[in-house]
Order: sequence, then structure tokens, then C-alpha cells
Amino acid sequence: MTHAASPAAPAAPAALYLGLDLGSSRTKVVLIDAAGGLRGQAVRKSGIDFAVTARACLAQALEMASAGSGDIAAAVATGYGRSNVAFVTEETKTEIGCLARGGYHLFPQAISIIDIGGQDNKVIKVGADGRRQSFKMNRKCAAGTGAFLEEMASRLDVSLETLNALAAEATEMIKLGSYCTVFSATEVLENIRAGRRVPDIVKGLFYSVIKRVLEMDSLTDGVVMTGGVVAHNPYLAEMTAGLIERPVRLPAQPQFVGALGAALFARDAAAGQVAADAPPDQGD
Amino acid sequence: MSTSPTSPTARKTIQATELMGRIMREYFYDLNDAAVTGRRKVAWCTSVGPAELLRALGFAVYFPENHGAMLGSTRQSTELIPEANAAGYSPDICSYLTADIGAWLKQRTPLSKAYPGIERVPRPDVLVYNTNQCRDVQDWFGWYARELGVPALGISSPKNVNDVTEGLVEDVARQIEALVAPLEAIVGARLDIDRLRETVALSRRCSEIWRDVLETAMHSPAPLTFFDGTIHMGPAVCLRGTQQALDYYAVLLAELRQRVADGVGAVQGERLRLYWEGMPVWGRLRQHSEMFAALRTAVVASTYCSSWIFPAFDDADPFRSMAQAYLELFIVRAEPYKERYLADMLQRFKVDGIIFHDAKTCPYNSNNRYGLPQRLQASTGVPSLVLSGDLNDLRCVSDEQTKINAEAFVEQLLECA
Repeated sequence: MTHAASPAAPAAPAALYLGLDLGSSRTKVVLIDAAGGLRGQAVRKSGIDFAVTARACLAQALEMASAGSGDIAAAVATGYGRSNVAFVTEETKTEIGCLARGGYHLFPQAISIIDIGGQDNKVIKVGADGRRQSFKMNRKCAAGTGAFLEEMASRLDVSLETLNALAAEATEMIKLGSYCTVFSATEVLENIRAGRRVPDIVKGLFYSVIKRVLEMDSLTDGVVMTGGVVAHNPYLAEMTAGLIERPVRLPAQPQFVGALGAALFARDAAAGQVAADAPPDQGD
Repeated sequence: MSTSPTSPTARKTIQATELMGRIMREYFYDLNDAAVTGRRKVAWCTSVGPAELLRALGFAVYFPENHGAMLGSTRQSTELIPEANAAGYSPDICSYLTADIGAWLKQRTPLSKAYPGIERVPRPDVLVYNTNQCRDVQDWFGWYARELGVPALGISSPKNVNDVTEGLVEDVARQIEALVAPLEAIVGARLDIDRLRETVALSRRCSEIWRDVLETAMHSPAPLTFFDGTIHMGPAVCLRGTQQALDYYAVLLAELRQRVADGVGAVQGERLRLYWEGMPVWGRLRQHSEMFAALRTAVVASTYCSSWIFPAFDDADPFRSMAQAYLELFIVRAEPYKERYLADMLQRFKVDGIIFHDAKTCPYNSNNRYGLPQRLQASTGVPSLVLSGDLNDLRCVSDEQTKINAEAFVEQLLECA
């Protein structure tokens, strides 16, 4: 992320713009200033009460920005829980729109964004002018999502956090044949019974995730990957680049791109409002 | 520019709906009377089966697909489908079929609640199908034929037809003619060819006025939406070939033309116009209607509602024209025809985007599966969205995914507007 390197806050913050991405798995919050610089951020497990989680994330992000809620000039919410944060904003955008906005802000060129989230995957194409050209979401099935990897980690009796390192140390890749998460779990068990190495199985699981995404749509232009799954498993991006035989760009903080997009939309809306509210030029 | 949904009440209701309710009530009580008293023979017919012939022979005509849609719209289908699944009918096949057979097995029908005194669907004396829509109707009627011990007669139509040739028309016309003798034997009367001509003429006029109704949505703002159309097509489906259908559509058309004259839209503040390709999600009609209305987006046209427009009906040549009408149906046609048809509809209705409903159990009405959305976008520039769902099996429907997709599509179209 271009703005991610130095989140230290100045003493007296100017107007801040808030983006909340209330995902099925994690809630992400980003605060930016008028120049688009990151002033605060937070991420937590979404849990069962989006509003409570969002409040906690917001408090954390405001603390990081040394600011108070009164400094928030505008806010936009996105994600599954976007309608659950009326305490801070009723303005919403889809996560597809926010990912496109955030992705293009970080990589201002024609891009295809691959977002792998907790429950769904998306392929979003953005033109050189920043406008969305198309998008695809996975169908109802969880194959290829973070939920798939969570289930498989459980079957392999390893923690989710160790998957990336395990895949990276694979010496071969055991491909799974099934679309279905449950059938894949059966295949994993078969491979365990056959004495196959866990790292090789994990690499096969990563391959399965990537194949599910690549079959959703063709990829054009520069490829950017976002979402919590690649944030924690950057080896997925490396494998993707190998499969599509071209570079894959990763933001510094892939998990926050949707929230960043929401914050940028909030800034845009406020700017539009300022323009609309500005007194007409009186001339001479 | 915000796409945050506006008020969910931004839809305008159609006054003629009450009249349609009365007409449909009379239709179902008439059917029930025929079945209960035995005063008239009852024929079950597929929705684009030879209804004209059956009416001309004096049958009371019942359409199981309409019943399937009622099971869906009353949200009973999802709990009834497993009954048919357990009887050997896969969850992957037509959910009209599985819902309807499930309802029969459980002896349930939404007709009982809607029309007090009707206890069950009208028992058939004969089942008449046309496979022009799909092969499933043959299996569906075959089940009832075995269950009830009544004959199932049918027309086998070709599929993937690009040009409706003389040879194809001749073949289907002969199959329709071959139905006459066995149907005469069941009804106990000879076919009056003049009555058949009259019925075909009424179907033609019904088709024309229904087309006029749908084409009012060429105006902007559109006075009715696809979702309205799925409700108001009831008489075109069940009463094709009768004067009642014509009388109803005259009233509806007048109301819609008045809306056009007054600049009144079905969706307040219409800012985008979409096309719906595929089946409706019957159990989510209201939600989808309200969702798009809140996005100030009018779904102005559809293949589905337009499938009851039959310009080929000709009372001068009833059998051949019936065959031609049934064969010209969109669902019978090959991909090149479908692409041309859709491109024409998008242009005529001034459409900003097209939604393809990929219905899990209805491959014949899911036209996104062979690259058509991509080809259509390349030739017309109209963007598309594929919504995964089903006509009747709500286990295949994700409301949140539908909402996100629809909202994101509207956002995208507005960005590019």
C-alpha cells in the first residue's frame, strides 16, 4: 500500500475519512486524510455482532490517528455487515465497488483484481480510467474461499497461520480433483492415509483455491490480489503468478483494500458535498 | 454518486390487478367445478402445449407449470421438492416438476388457501404435453399418468432450431393433428374446426395485446416492470384462446398507456433500465422487485414474459400455424437466433444492462452457459450480470449474493453512464 509505511499521526488531525469493511470473517477499518494518507486502521474478527466489532475497530483506528469521532468528516461502509453500522454511517457501497476504488488508487492502471475473502471470491476488472468494466463473484459454493482453507487446516490438524509456510516448503504438489469442500476433505484424508507429506497436500490446497478463482473469469491487464487470504498466505500470489505466467502485484496490506476504497468514496462524497455547498463565484 | 438503496416503497402498484384476481378466481373455480362435477373433461397442458386444440374440443384446461409457479411464489416449493427427490426425482431436474409432484404426494396446493372450497388440483382426464420447452414436461406428465391411470399424449418438438423450416412445421402440425382422434374419444365429441379457428384467432389477439402491454415498457420511465409482468401474464398463460383474457388486457393496457401519457413510471425516479433473461425466482419476486426499485432501476423487459407472444397464430391455417407458433418459441431456438433476438430486444427497450438468471434446475432457460453473455456484450456493448439461483428451489438461492451482485452491477452501470 502506498500509504501504509508510516501510519504515525500528527498532533492535530484534519478532517478524516472513514472506511469500514464489515466482512463475513473480519472487520477492517481505515481512516485516511484529505490527501489519501493512512491515519489509522484496525482489523478484528467480525464475530456475531458487526456493530460491536465495528465500534471496537473504530476506537482503535481513532486512537492510532490521535483523533476523536468528531474528526470524521464522512464515512462509507461496505461488506456483509454494511447496514449494521448506522451509528457511524448509513452510506454504503458494495465491496466490489470499494475493492475497485481501493485497488485502482494503489495501482492506477488497467487491472484485474482477484479478491479472496472468507466466504467469497471476486474477479474485478478496472479500466485504465479507473472505471469498473466487469466483475464476477463465486457462486454459492465455498470452494476456493478462505472458508475452504479453514476447513482443510482443521482436517490436517494444523493452524491456519501455518499454511503459508507449509506450502512454501513443499517438494511436490498433490492436486485435489473435487470442487466440493467436503469431497476435498475426503481426498485430503486419503492422502494422509497414504502417508503423503502435509506441505505437499497444503500446496495442492493452494492450487485448488487458485484454480477455482482462475476459472471464474479471464484475466486482462495487470493482476492485483487482495483479501485476507492472500494477506496471510502470500505464497498464493506467488503460485498464481507462476500459473498465469505473469507478475501478480500485492498491496502492502491486501486485507485493507476494500476499507481503503470505502474511505476514498467517503472522501469523494465529502468533496462533492463541499463543492455543492460552496458559494457561487461572485466575480468582480 | 451513491448507490445506497433509497426507500423500499418506490414502486407503483397496478390498479388492474384486482380485476385480474377476479378473472383468475373464476378460472380456477370453473376448473374445480369441471373436475368435481364431471360436467366437463379436464386436460392438463404444458404452458406452450396445444391449448387451442383442447379448448376447441371443450376441455377445461389446467396448466401444471402455473401451479409450479404458485408453489414457488407462496414459498411452499422448497419444503415439497424433497418429497419428489425421495421418490427418485433428482434435485438437479426441473423444480416445477419436483415441487408439483412433491405437492401431490403431500396432497397440498396453494389453490386451497387462495380459493376456499377448492381442495385439490383438478383431476385430469388426459395429460397433453409439448416438449418444445424441455424434456422434463414429458417425465412430469408421465409420472401423473402412472399415478392417476390417465393417458399422457404429447408432441415431440425439435430443440436448438435456428430456422423454423417448413419441414419442422409440417412434422409438428401432423403430431398435433394426430392428437385429435384420441382427444375426441376422451371428450366424447368431434372437433369443430370453426371453433378451433375461433380459438386460434382469440389466442392470436391475446398474444398481440399482451405484446402491446409489454411494449409500453419501451417508454421511459417504464410503466411496468418484469416483476409486474410475471404476475399479469397469468391470463396469457391460463386463458389464452378466451375472450376473458382479451377483456382483461384491454383494461390493463389502457391503464399502462395512461401511465405513459402521464409520465408515471413503475419505479420512481428510474435511472437505469435492465433486461431479465431467464426464469424469475418465484419465491423472491417481491424482494427482487423492491430491491431494484430501491436502486431506482427498472427491469423493463424479459424473454420470459415475451414467450407468450405468438405472432404465427393464423385462423386460416390453424394446425400449421399452431405448430409454427409453438416452434418459434425462444426456448426452442439455437444460440445464433437467441443472440439476434436478445440484441434486438436490448436495442428496442433501450436497455443499459442485462441480467442472466442461471437457474440451477432449469438449463433450458439458463442462457448464460454457452458464452452468450460475452458474445452479446461484444456485439452490443451491453454489460451483463449472471445471478445464480433457481425458479423454485430456494436452497439454490443466496439472497445476500443476489443483493451484492445486483447493487454492484448498478454501481458499475452508473459509473459508466
